Amino acid sequence: MTGSTASSRLARRALAAAGVLGLGLTLVVPCSAPAAEPPIKIGIIAEASAVAGASIARAAQMGADDINAHGGVLGRQVEVVIYDNHSSASESVRAFQRAASEDHVAAVIGSYISEVALAIEPWSGRLKIPFITPGAASTEISRHVHEDYNTYKYTFHGWLTSAFIAQSICDFDHDMIVPMHAKTTVVMSEDAAWTTPLDARFLECLPKAGLKVLDHIRFNPDTTDFTPIFNKIEGEHADVITTGISHVGVQPTVQWHDQHVPIAMVGQSSQATTSSFWKDTNGDAEGVITATAAAPGVSFGPQTIPFTNAYEKRFGDSPSYAGYSTYDELHIIADAIKKAGGTDPDKMVAAMEQTDYVGTIGRIKFYGKNDQYTHAIEYGPGLVSGCFIQWQKGKQVAIWPKDKSLGKIEFPAFIKTPR
Amino acid sequence: MTALQILIDGFAISALYALAAVGFTLMFGVSGVLNLSHGAIMVVAALVGWWAAGTLNLGVYGGTLVGILAGLAAAYLTYFIVVRPIQRSRKIPREETEIFLLTGTLLWGIMIQVAFAAIFSDNPVTMRPLIGGIATIAGVRTPWNEIMIAVLCWVVIGLLWLLINRTPAGKQMLAASINPRGLTLLGFDLSRIYLLVWTIYGVLAGGAGVLLASFLGVSTANAGQLTASAFSIVVLGGLGNVSGSLIAAFVVGYLETITAYLIAPTLRPVPALILLVLVIYFRPQGLLGRR
Repeated sequence: MTGSTASSRLARRALAAAGVLGLGLTLVVPCSAPAAEPPIKIGIIAEASAVAGASIARAAQMGADDINAHGGVLGRQVEVVIYDNHSSASESVRAFQRAASEDHVAAVIGSYISEVALAIEPWSGRLKIPFITPGAASTEISRHVHEDYNTYKYTFHGWLTSAFIAQSICDFDHDMIVPMHAKTTVVMSEDAAWTTPLDARFLECLPKAGLKVLDHIRFNPDTTDFTPIFNKIEGEHADVITTGISHVGVQPTVQWHDQHVPIAMVGQSSQATTSSFWKDTNGDAEGVITATAAAPGVSFGPQTIPFTNAYEKRFGDSPSYAGYSTYDELHIIADAIKKAGGTDPDKMVAAMEQTDYVGTIGRIKFYGKNDQYTHAIEYGPGLVSGCFIQWQKGKQVAIWPKDKSLGKIEFPAFIKTPR
Repeated sequence: MTALQILIDGFAISALYALAAVGFTLMFGVSGVLNLSHGAIMVVAALVGWWAAGTLNLGVYGGTLVGILAGLAAAYLTYFIVVRPIQRSRKIPREETEIFLLTGTLLWGIMIQVAFAAIFSDNPVTMRPLIGGIATIAGVRTPWNEIMIAVLCWVVIGLLWLLINRTPAGKQMLAASINPRGLTLLGFDLSRIYLLVWTIYGVLAGGAGVLLASFLGVSTANAGQLTASAFSIVVLGGLGNVSGSLIAAFVVGYLETITAYLIAPTLRPVPALILLVLVIYFRPQGLLGRR
């Protein structure tokens, strides 16, 4: 009895002592060090359950961790606030409003879907919050900035525009596919905002690259059975299928393989840019060629390989193209805040326009006010030119640009042309 | 050439539609339940099967089996959590039970869909084909898997016919569809018959889900579309009429395939929906319906 009272009294005394000590600590800390400033928040609005979009939030978290490990920005930590937009434009706009009014973010990185980026763009202007899309491609995004600079200047297009994606595919075809005796192609794209300018450029640049366009098929992204489309393309005796797909990917690829459609698929296949695509297609991705931002083992700057390795280690899969660009853009925003000496949006925009940053996808600069694609990433050799990979035995093998390429193009046996 | 292609592709997809719809119609015929979580149950089977085959390394056959069991489990959960409590509730007026069942299963289906999208994402998954390779039928390249799916669907439908018409349990089910009260008066336990129907339904829906995953691929986003297509097939054929549903499945399957090949893949579901509207307008009991 007495023993237990004694021990409880002791415990009470210990607690009291701890309390006093704790109080003392809270009193002491502010005297010895300046109050920690609140973190700088950056909003991430992305498609958590879509293959290409899932990389955005993950890469942003990695970017923030890296910046914080190096002391943060202006002595403040960077905190990413992540919103899942469920691939919906209206949910994205609500998230953007919440990011501005409740979470008081300094900037937003958002989405790989052009419809989403286009919905956010006017809100970025109204609320004066700098916004970068790391994965949308529609040329409309930068056209708005170009035509009404003062309203839309807060929006940056942090990935290649559709026109440049199409151009890079034509450049690739010219260098790699046409020399394999391919002469004809059919353009096959999903019906979406980003593919309208993509297809327009395809129809213009594919013939110049040496591929005659036999047909132009646009299909509904809800399509589940691609057999009739492949059947039609085969009937037209095309040598290559030029793809523009992002919302779909697994189904056309698996059906192409299972039905042994004897025509190579080359183009933009966004889901094929992440390593989980191999598992998602049970290996039917073998032979698929897609444009992407960077690839495992290929260096576009000192950060590419360390980032890819760290991402794979942390999440098990390689980042999609939008993961690479997101990581770079978090650094670009951090640098802009540093240069602007704070989070004043107009000063940040002015600083971001001066961007000359070597990131994971190459040297990033944005087109200026007087260029056609204002605030879009500059395309070209020595800047960001994209990269092409082909799925070979479970690995993404880089096959273009030639100076980065690690492997040769190899098609599965059922592909008849090109040889 | 295209005609033959349409014939082959249309047959495979129609057989799969038939398999998916036959359980749905049987359930309505016997227990009066229109299960609007049907598509979600197929999706559960497809996703769990895919996951078991890949992540758990059970291979394609193991995955198929696990997928069908998952479909069965989802059907049981639907029955015990949603359907039976509504059927037995004294607070719901008799004449409103069907509306409550429709609403309950619809919401349940959405819950399953959202939960599975959170776990598996809304990206489509595809099971590896049960058998690989390509057969050339009169110049048309056809995956063996497609042929096997068509055959398998018909075998299962045949087995179902035998079960209903040649076994005592099947005859009780038939009797329950005609006169449930009479059956209870004869001393049969209706709830046991209902459980049997849900078991058959779960296996059929699960099987259809897994086969669809290995044929075209399945994503959580498809759940609503799958329910809608089973629903239209069943209404077209005559609610609760198994042979009517089989015919309707082929009508819908071929109409869709012909549209996709000859008009545009994008318009695929449109003519079947127009037909459905016409049938509801001029022959509301469906092609072979008796109500």
